[in-house]
Parts: sequence; C-alpha cells; structure tokens
Amino acid sequence: MAIQSPSLDIAGTAPLGAALTPVSRGYWQSVRRRLGRDPVTLICGAVLLLIVTSAVFAPLLGLADPYKTSMIRRLYPLGSPNFLLGTDELGRDMFSRLIYGGRLSLFMGVTPVACALLIGGSLGIAAGFSGGWVNMMIMRIMDVFYAFPSVLLAISLSGAMGAGAENTLLALTLVFIPPICRVSESVTTQVRGFDFVDAARASGAGALTIVRVHVLGNVLGPILVYATSLISVAIILAAGLSFLGLGVKPPEPEWGLMLNTLRQAIYVNPVLAALPGVMIFITSICFNLMSDGLRAAMDVKA
Amino acid sequence: MSALLEVRDLDVTFMTPDRTVHAVNGVSFDVKRGETLGILGESGSGKSVTLRSILRLHPEHRTRWSGSIKLEGVEILTMDRRTLNDLRGQKIAMIFQEPATAFDPVFTIGHQIAETVRRHTGKSESDALKRARELLEMVRIPSPAQRLKAYPHEMSGGMRQRAMIALALSCNPSLLLADEPTTALDATVQIQVLLLIRELQRELDLGVIFVTHDIGVAVEVSDRIGVMYAGKLVELASVEQMVDAPRHPYSRGLLASTVQGSMRGQRLEAIPGAPPDLGEVPTACSFAPRCKFAEPQCVSAPPTLGSVGDSHLVRCVRAEAPA
Amino acid sequence: MDALVPRQDRAKDRGGPAQPLLLAEGLRKHFPVMGGLLGRTTKVVRAVDDLSLSVAKGETLGVVGESGCGKSTVARLLIRLLKPDKGTMVLDGDPVDEPHGITVAELRRQVQMVFQDSYASLNPRLTIAETLAFAPKAHGLPASEARERVRDLLAKVGLEPDTYMERYPHELSGGQRQRVNIARALALRPRLVILDEAVSALDKSVEAQVLNMLVDLKDELGLTYLFISHDLNVVQYLSDRVLVMYLGKIVELGSVEAIYGNPQHPYTRALLSARPSMDPRKRTKEAPIQGDPPNPIDPPSGCRFRTRCPFAEDVCARLEPQLADTRAQAVACHMRVAGSGHSKAAAP
Repeated sequence: MAIQSPSLDIAGTAPLGAALTPVSRGYWQSVRRRLGRDPVTLICGAVLLLIVTSAVFAPLLGLADPYKTSMIRRLYPLGSPNFLLGTDELGRDMFSRLIYGGRLSLFMGVTPVACALLIGGSLGIAAGFSGGWVNMMIMRIMDVFYAFPSVLLAISLSGAMGAGAENTLLALTLVFIPPICRVSESVTTQVRGFDFVDAARASGAGALTIVRVHVLGNVLGPILVYATSLISVAIILAAGLSFLGLGVKPPEPEWGLMLNTLRQAIYVNPVLAALPGVMIFITSICFNLMSDGLRAAMDVKA
Repeated sequence: MSALLEVRDLDVTFMTPDRTVHAVNGVSFDVKRGETLGILGESGSGKSVTLRSILRLHPEHRTRWSGSIKLEGVEILTMDRRTLNDLRGQKIAMIFQEPATAFDPVFTIGHQIAETVRRHTGKSESDALKRARELLEMVRIPSPAQRLKAYPHEMSGGMRQRAMIALALSCNPSLLLADEPTTALDATVQIQVLLLIRELQRELDLGVIFVTHDIGVAVEVSDRIGVMYAGKLVELASVEQMVDAPRHPYSRGLLASTVQGSMRGQRLEAIPGAPPDLGEVPTACSFAPRCKFAEPQCVSAPPTLGSVGDSHLVRCVRAEAPA
Repeated sequence: MDALVPRQDRAKDRGGPAQPLLLAEGLRKHFPVMGGLLGRTTKVVRAVDDLSLSVAKGETLGVVGESGCGKSTVARLLIRLLKPDKGTMVLDGDPVDEPHGITVAELRRQVQMVFQDSYASLNPRLTIAETLAFAPKAHGLPASEARERVRDLLAKVGLEPDTYMERYPHELSGGQRQRVNIARALALRPRLVILDEAVSALDKSVEAQVLNMLVDLKDELGLTYLFISHDLNVVQYLSDRVLVMYLGKIVELGSVEAIYGNPQHPYTRALLSARPSMDPRKRTKEAPIQGDPPNPIDPPSGCRFRTRCPFAEDVCARLEPQLADTRAQAVACHMRVAGSGHSKAAAP
C-alpha cells in the first residue's frame, strides 16, 4: 500500500501544517547511502582497491625484481626470510610476482569487458530502442555467438589467432559482446515501454535525444552491474587461456600463467602452488559480491 | 447478539531500516454476522492494513501489532501459527483486487477449488469436484461444468473474480474480507459482482468487511460505513447516516469532492492539501492541517471517538456543533 | 493574465471557429497477435475499427468505454504514437503526414497528451525542471528561456517553482506528479490536450483539485480537450460532447445533455445505470447487462454489442449498424434506424 510522501499538494490554498524537507535527494545519492550500509560490498570494494592500486603502483613499492631468477633459491616456502611468500620454480620472488601479476590479470579482465560494454551496450540499446527488424537482425546475430559456450569460444578464437595478450583481449571481447548486448537490449526494451518515453516521443524530440536524456540514465546502472559481474569471468577466462598456453607468454607474471608454471611444484609445496589461484579467487569473488551489492543498492523503487 | 469480530485499539507499525510507518493508530470496530461493514479511505489511510491485520498477513519481522482482534471471542493477534492457518480459509476468507494472484496459472479453476475443499474438509476427489461445481453455480458462473476445466487465463476478469469468490467461500467461512475486489473491473461488470457479494452475504449469513476507496461502491454494498484517515477511524455510522448527515469534516469533504454528473459547471469542493506523513504517532488531529474548521483545540491533543447519536461515532472536537 | 502563453507564440488559428480543430476519418488499428511455432500472425486484435471523429475548437470531447474498447488506442493514434493502418487526420485544415500537409512533428507540437500513470510517465532519474524543460529544449529553446518557462508552467499548475523544480518524481505525491505531467503537456503550448484517464488513479479529494485546475487551464489558455475516462461522472462533469465506444467502434455520439439525459443505445443505457446509486434507499436491484465485454480478438459479427444486448435480433448478427443521426445524437443501433429489419425499429 502506498504511503503518501510528506508533502502538501496544493494550489496555494492549504493551511501549511508541515514543512517540506528542503534538500532533495537524487537517485545516485540514495544508492550511495544504501551502499554505505552494506558492509560486504564495502569490504569487497576496499580489497579490490588495494589489489588494483598495488598492481598499478607496483614499480613504486620497492619490491624485488619479479623477473630475477635464481637456481639456488627455488621453491622457498612461505615465510622465508626476505621472501615473504616464498619463491617460484625459477627462484623468483612470489610476493613481487603476485603483485605484478595483478597488473596483467586485471588488465586482461577489465579491458575486454570495457570494450564489450562499449560495443555490446551500444548494439543492445540500439536494438532495444528501435525494436522491429533492427532488433531482430542484431539479436539473431548475437544468438549465433551465444550458441557456443563462452570458454570454448574463447579457446577456439585464441587458438585460431595464436597465443599472445592482444589476441586474448580480442577473443575475450568477442566472447562478452553477446551477453552484454542481450542484457542491454532487455533493459532498454523495458524502459522503452514506460510512458515517459512515449511522452518524450510525443513531444517531437529525435530518437538520439530521447536515448541520451531518457534511456541512458535508466539503463546504464543495470548494464554496468552486469558488466562488473563479467569482470570476474574475464579474469578467470584470461587466466585459463594463459594456463593453457594460449594467452600471455612466459616470463610475464600473470596469475593464470603462474598457476600453470607452478604445476610441477604442487607435490613439493602445494600452498605455494595455490597462491595465484587464491589471488584469482579473491579478485573474482570480490567483483561478484560487489556487483551483487550494487544491484541491491540500485534496485530500489524510491 | 454478540459480535462476530471485535477489533479493539488496533495499532499497526511497520519498521524498515529506512523508516517507521504508523499505518494504523487505535482502530476499534465490531462486525456482526450478516452485516457488511464498508471501510472507506484513500490510499495511505490504513484501510487495507487494517483488513490484512485480521488475517495477520503482514511480514511478521517488520510489523508491530498491539491491541486486540477477536473472532468469536478468540484472540487472533497472539494465536500460534497452526491455529492461525486453520483459521485462514476455514473461518475467515479474503478476496483481493487482482484475482490473478489468487489462482495458479498452470492448474484449472476446478482443480484449484477442489484442492482447497479437500485440504480443509478431507473430502474425496469426486466429492470435492462436486462441491467445486456447486460453488461455481453459487457465484452464478454460467455453464459451471465446463468452467471447472478452464484455466485462469481463459476466463474474463469478471469470471475470474467470481471464481475467486467461489474459492474464498469453499470452506463456509463466517467472515469475508474484501480488499477492493471490484476496483479493477469495468463498470458493467463491477455492479454484477457487487450485487453477487450482497446476495451471497444474505444467503450465507456472512459478516463482510468491504474495503474500498469508492464512495459509490461503499454505499452500494454496506450496512455501516467506517471512514478512515491517516490510520484512524474518523467516523463510523450507518450508511444512511453517512450519506445524509456525515459529521466529520473529512467525510463531508470526501462526499462533496466526489464528482457527480449533476455538478456540471460548478466548482468542485476539493479538500486542499494531501494526507500527512505517518512517520510519527499523531499528537493532534491528523486532519487539522487540511480542515477549514480547525481550531486551537484540534492541535492540542488527538480527538477521541465520540458518540453523536444512535451508534454514530465521530472523531472530531466539533462533532457536537451543528453542520 | 495570460503571461505563460502569448497568443502569437502559439500555432495560429487558421480556419476560424467553425473548422474542426482535429478531424479523424476512418481510423483503423489492428494489432497482430503472434502465435504458432514460427511466430506467425495468427489473430488480430481489432482495437480501433473505422472510427471517425471531430473535435471542435474550444470544446471538451469526452470518450467513455470499458477496458478493451480501444479508447487509449484512439488517443495514441491521434498523437501518432501509433501509426494507423488506415485513415486520415486533418489538423485545422492541414492533412497530417501527407504531401501538402503538416508533418507528424508539427502535429505533436499542437497536440499533447497526459497519461494515466503519473509515476511511469515521469523519468525517475530527472528532476522536475529537467523533465519540463526537455521538450522546449528539444525544440531549440535556449536553456535560460527554458528554465523561465519551467517556472511559469509550475506556477500554472499550482506548484511553487522554487520548492519543486529540483525535486525528483518519487518525492512528490500522486496528485503533484499528475500536475507535473499536465505542466509537461502544456510546455509546447499545444492547442489540443488529450487526457487519457488523467485523473483515474488519483484519490477522490485530489481528483477534485486536479479537475478544478483543468477547468481553469482550459479557460485561461484557450485549450481544447479530448478527455478519455471510464468514469462516467467525471466525463459528464467536464465534457461538452461525449463519445461512447464499445469494442473499437463508436456506438453513440452526442451532446452531454443528450447522452446522459436521453441515451439511445442499449449499451450507453447499461453503462449509465451500472453507476452506483449513492443512495442506500434506492440501491440497484439488478445488473443492467450480464457478462463481460467480449475479447476484441474476433469480435461478434454484425453489431458488436449483440452478445450482451437484451434486444438483439437476427438482423443484429447479420448487419453492422452504421452510426446514424437521430435528432440529438448519432447512434449505431438497428433499433434506431427506420426499416432496418429490427422489430423495434420504426417502419421505413
């Protein structure tokens, strides 16, 4: 049941019994307020911030050289003096490599999603807003890509184009365009059905103006939330491709690749071998939880 | 004859992390068998909240109740879950504005009514189906035998509403709660359903509480009408008293602002302003800010419900004053 | 008095008072219903079928009918949110969307619409000022002038500009939101405003406020209204002429006095007597007609009302009654046409 908001509906005739709250709260302000009350999302955000900043500023942190190998100090266990997290199979400092590895892994996770967001989002909004045969054309093409499981598609594209970071990025972008397009199309179709879009059309405004003013503000939120949840998938896929030897080439530090090269160490020092996996796990779960938290905070009928 | 349902000093408060809403503040009324009480109010007046409290349909962890609701002398607000579940459907039934919510789209109407009959009475399947057919006949659905096999989406709005009434009456309740059951219906269908509810109430000697925002509908079905405003009953009177001589300024305003065709060309007497926020327990008359008769006395303390004659109750300090 | 809309700023009256402001001829809209395995069109909803109407300058034309009768489709056709399958429209002498006529964009400058759902028709992410300034800006008004117009509009609909300009829709009550919607419809200074169930979702006391305001605005701005509603009382209160629709067709059309005082079509009579009586001593004893309106997919042959009409005869199933003038109003019923073959019709 609707509870009336505290306000006076008047034509200047009512005796004023209550005062209107002078400050008006916008949508994003209320979202921020809700996020502020959600500890899980806040913690995830903080962890991600820590991982991202340390990765970005890795060269300034005074870490050991992540490329410097040593045949003598291979596979030091965790907690060794000077090597907080031990060393890998070639004697490189694990801590330094994990931090530096974040640079590539995060880059490989975020970039394809961002590119796919730009392309898939535009296509989806165009399809959703135009409807009719434009929608049909775009969405049927997306369905073709959708028919392949994303892992398989990524592997086959990378395999066909050859190993390397650029090709991995390209393959992952192609993998993420269809799902983002589909989500964008469905939220846009929903928004297009609202009377305020009809009212805007009835005011004689052009399609681009209507999309910019009335559609974007209402669909960007849900699309971004969805894209955030894809970042974790992208990180895992990128790591997976590297693990299979289809992605980044050694000796670059990258979590997936590190997982691969530490494979042999699993019987010698299993904890050490699992560390890159732990990083992947933490990062992706943080992205996922944060995306859930954002969705909850934005999914409010004010 | 004692009352079928007694509601005393009912308070309902909803607590959410964002805000507290005092939706119902001290509502008391009785309903007798064979009587229809209409509860009239605008959105946010607490009329539906009051009605739903009788079946305790609000989410338990966010709702605070106080006061008392007794059905045939048995307290409902403190009743345990199992007894409450027996009460729902068996003694008290409810019909809603949107019949689509009452039926499962994947089963036929007949199956769903028969299922309810079986669950509550333990009848055999064929007996339950026979009973379902009788019920459809009772609510005047044409060719009931065929309609038993229809799915909810195959029926028109009016037929679905009738089927929902049949479902509600399947276990012979003594009290029927109706929450705006005709609001979504077309005019020519609405009058059919109103007449049906009135006839069934007489035939089955039901007590009915009929919640609506439409004065015309309330006058058409009710024996007594209670007017609610900001979570309080501001006036309770027989339907004749209410139409002929409403005493509370809000009831009067509501009647005056209801558009009648004959008012053509005249200026409508609108009540200025909007209902108050229910965030706090009112310390004065909630209607005072919109009332053209407001005096200092109105804002000093909340007025009490006083009698102004033959079972006519009004919550206004000026109730004794001539109209 | 008329500070908001200097007359010269509005589209000029061209044909003089006798020329209808809006004329629609033979409008038809059928919606395909997708079905079957391959999404083929299997059925059509005949929402509006060969409907003609005219709206005179300065009048309020009421449109009544039950859900599914096509009244909202008519509104959307008239403002071209829907493209009619067939039919022509003429706005003050200018054919719409035809060579030598005016464009749809020009039509929409002169015809505006207010929707029923006050919440869904406001963009939740925009402030009231942004919503109101949208159309004027889209038509090239500079920001400062648009802002000035927003202030005028809010004042016109009884909302204090300084208090409401920077608010969001969810901070307003239903009545306030509907005032904003009306202000938006006036933002382009239209001549005809289509009000599609514009007060139906409001509480009665608020409805009265908004109706009073609509009457004031019409006088002040010299507007013409097309008022669509299912509430017969409100239509009677506001309208000069009334059009009754049933399943996509006009069944009766006439002055408000004729329709309410002397209804000719059995459906109009049923609608009128289905109104609650407001008198506990004179309660309705029997429903005027039984059953629900049929589905607009596959409407009945001949007269579409015949399945619920107490006077239906053979001729009603065979022949579709045409809208024919009687003395005071036009009625589509065989009983009112001399020599139609209906036993109640006069001899030819």
